[in-house]
This record gives sequence, structure tokens and C-alpha cells, in this order.
Amino acid sequence: MPNNLLELKNVGYSYHDLSGETVALQDISFGIKEGEFVAVVGPSGCGKTTLLSIIAGLLAPEWGTIIVNNPDGSLKYPRVGYMLQLDHLFEWRTVYKNVILGLEINHMLTKDRLDYVDRLLKDYNLDNFRNRRPSELSGGMKQRAALIRTLALNPSLLLLDEPFSALDYQTRLMVSADICQLIRKTGKTVIIITHDLSEAISLTDRVIILSNLPAVVKKEVPIQLTLQDNTPLAARKAPEFQYYFNLLWEELTNEGK
Amino acid sequence: MKENEKELTKQDAFVRDYKRHHYEVTVLRILIFAAFLILWEVSARLQWIDSFFFASPTLVVKCSLGLIKDGSLLEHVGITLFETIISFSLVFLISLVAATLLWYSAKLSEILEPYLVILNSLPKSALAPLFIVWLGTGTTTIIVAGISVALFGSIISFYTGFKQVDAEKITLIYTLGGKKRNAFFKVVLPGSIPILLSTTKVNIGLALVGVVIGEFLAARRGLGYLIIYGSQVFKLDWVLTSIVILCVIAMGLYKLINLLEKLYLKRI
Repeated sequence: MPNNLLELKNVGYSYHDLSGETVALQDISFGIKEGEFVAVVGPSGCGKTTLLSIIAGLLAPEWGTIIVNNPDGSLKYPRVGYMLQLDHLFEWRTVYKNVILGLEINHMLTKDRLDYVDRLLKDYNLDNFRNRRPSELSGGMKQRAALIRTLALNPSLLLLDEPFSALDYQTRLMVSADICQLIRKTGKTVIIITHDLSEAISLTDRVIILSNLPAVVKKEVPIQLTLQDNTPLAARKAPEFQYYFNLLWEELTNEGK
Repeated sequence: MKENEKELTKQDAFVRDYKRHHYEVTVLRILIFAAFLILWEVSARLQWIDSFFFASPTLVVKCSLGLIKDGSLLEHVGITLFETIISFSLVFLISLVAATLLWYSAKLSEILEPYLVILNSLPKSALAPLFIVWLGTGTTTIIVAGISVALFGSIISFYTGFKQVDAEKITLIYTLGGKKRNAFFKVVLPGSIPILLSTTKVNIGLALVGVVIGEFLAARRGLGYLIIYGSQVFKLDWVLTSIVILCVIAMGLYKLINLLEKLYLKRI
């Protein structure tokens, strides 16, 4: 069993305004192993996005610590790739110019990186669209372009904040299956926020359930499915699927009882 | 096959109606202008109006030709155009820099907000006499007058445009490891270009207004001077000719910005 790549210890965060303090995260503690695919679920407005922003380093936790355990023993914070709810592709740039945005900002337009982007564009069937505008792409293609933009910087930890919530149901099933297969192949560590329990069960290795505000970790549920083939759609047919669904549903709905 | 033909004729009908609509709009525009000119000319000829005060299209043309012949018209128009374009360019540059600074520092923009609002609503013609005292009469004063009319509204519009950029898009830059500078150049500036362009269309008109006000008070050349001088010596055909030329200039400058906008939209 590999070590925890990241370990959150009693991490907390509160929002301040003149009428007072709102504690968003109370004492969040959990670890995430290298190569693990973890879902965070919880009632809406429970601070899931705040948690992700803290892990991404966009917000500093007000208390608590995050311990880094790189496999090579270094203390450097892992490079984080963060996918937001919407693709936010810029209409004034071509698809190609959009996916190399991160490289441009970090002055990393090296041949290696650009070759990697080219490979991803081919693998994700976007190569023929590289000179198009984002508005010419379908919803699923936009998500794939956004994923390439994130992966181009070669992050070791991927954070996905409800990345499929803007898509309609049918596209969502296909795109989430598609994107997660692609991510699985890269072997990266992933934390995904979702409010779709089926998505959480079918995509991930472990589900972390957060409570209402102020949020604490209510329960961690490791997911073990018996599968014919390892696709999210097959996972929805697994015999244990319903059991996990009921378990998570119970945990989320008995809130406050 | 039949279906297809039917579709085609409907499409043809749509194109035909569309073209007819545009044709009618253009024809009516020209007709209104022609009717105005004819009414003006006829009223002057039949002495419904006194052509000494109101001139007439033929008098305006004659007067223009006269002024062209002695070379003074070209000079007046050139001066006004030159001053307008300089004021407008300076307004654009100064507002861009100022709005950028305001965007960078939320605190600065909060501190300066009431001053900007006051300066924007102040009638700038009230400042023109001060400019004359401070800067004397001449091109500098007129350019400053042109700037003063357009500048503050332009800063406010540019800044509002910058603020309207989706905050999530800025977050995206931070998630990619960018700094505030990257957020500005990669998102805020390119995302506000439509607003910059529409503000620019207003600014070029305002710069012209400011320049003409300046020329009223502090010039020996330019269309504003021609209007004031003409009215003082009762050469009202000069005044009306200048006004007609100002209309043409205003339209030309507006079309120029429209052209730039079209070029930009085609490029993206």
C-alpha cells in the first residue's frame, strides 16, 4: 500500500464579514494515496469548493496542516491541476491556443511539452479542431480541451470541481465515463467533487462524505465493485452498486438527526 | 426532390425579403436627406426663410467652393481633424493606463470613485476658460479641452468593462499558476475588447465636441473658430457650411472605428 501523497490534518477555514464569522470547514482530516481516485460528496453549500481551493493552494487554511509525502521523499508541494465547473475556454483564442495557455503563463513552451500537447490532442480526437474556436466544439469536446489544458502542465494531483455538471444528462454520462478513462490511464491522483452519487460510486476508489456547515468528514466509504470490465458504465451494473448508493444516500439524508 | 425544391424557394424568399428590407431602409434614408435638402432650397428660393440667416444648399456649396479655392477650408478642416485625432488617441491611452491601475488596486479605485464621478458629470465647457488662462490660446489648449470632455467617462467605461470579466475565468488563470499580471493580459484585456471598442465610438464623438468648444474660445483656425467668427461677422453661410462639414467628419470618424471593429471581429 503506497503512502499518503497528501494528508490533511484538522484543516479549517472560515469566511468573514462584518456580521460575523462563518466557519466553512471545521476539522477536515483525510489522506489521499498516490494514484487514488477519490470523490468528495456533501450537501450543497457545505464548503466542498473551499476545500478544493485550499488543496489547490488558492486559499490558505486558517488552521490545520497539509502534510506532503512525495514518493521521492522531497517536500515540494505536488503540482496541482484544477478543473473548474465550466470549461472557461476563451473564445478569442483557438482551441490550440487555449490548451497551451498554462504553458504560456508558466513560460514552458518547450518542445517536450508541446509534443505532449500534440499527443493529447490526437488521443482525445481534437487534432482536427485545433484551429477552431471553442464555440464550434460540442460540450464533451470542450471538456476534453479543458482537460488537456490542465494536463499540459503535467500535474501529479488533479482536482475536479463538478466538471460535468454543466452538461446535459446523456452527454454527462458519456463524457464522465470518457474523461475518467482518460485520467485513469495517466495514473494521476484525483480528487473529484460531485453531488451525483452514482457518478461518485462508478468513478472512484473512495468516497469522502462531508457534513453540513461547518463541514467535517462524516464518513469515508471505500468502493469495491465486482466488475467485468473497468468502465464507469459497467460499474453502474455491478451488484454492489445499489448497496453503496443506499449507504451514501443514508449518510447524506440523516443529516442533523 | 420536391421537398428540396420547396425548401430552396423558401430560402430564396427569405433572401429576397431580407434584401428588399435593406434596400427599402437605404432608399428611405436617402429620400429623407434629399427631401430635407429640397425643402431647404425651395424655402430659401421662395423666401419662406431668409437665406441670409438660414443659407441654402446651393449657398453652402458655393461657400464651400469659395473657401476651398482660397485654401482656407482645407486648413480649417485639417486642423480640427488633427486636434480631434490627437485628443482621441490621448484619451484612449490615458484611460487604458488609468483603468488598468484601478483594476490592479481595488483600494485605489474605491478611494478615487467619487472624484471620477464628479469629474465626469462636471460640464467641461466650464473648464475651458481656465485652460485658456493656464495654457494660453492655441493647439495645446484645444487638445486639452478635447481630452477633458471624453476622458473621465472613458476611464469609468474601461474600468467597468474590466470589472465585468467573469471572476471564474480569472480563477482559471490562478489555477494554471498565473499571477495577477497574467490574469490581466490573458483574460481581462482580451475579454474587454468589445467594450473598449464601443467606448471608443463614443469617445471619438466627444473628442470632436471638446475640440470645437476649445476652438470657439481659443483658436484662430479650425471649424469651431470658423463658426464663431462667421456668426460674429454675420457670415452665416460660413457657419452652416462648417456645421455640414462637422456632420461629415463625425460620420467619417464613426465609420472609421466601425471599420476597425469589423477588422477585429474578422480576425478572431
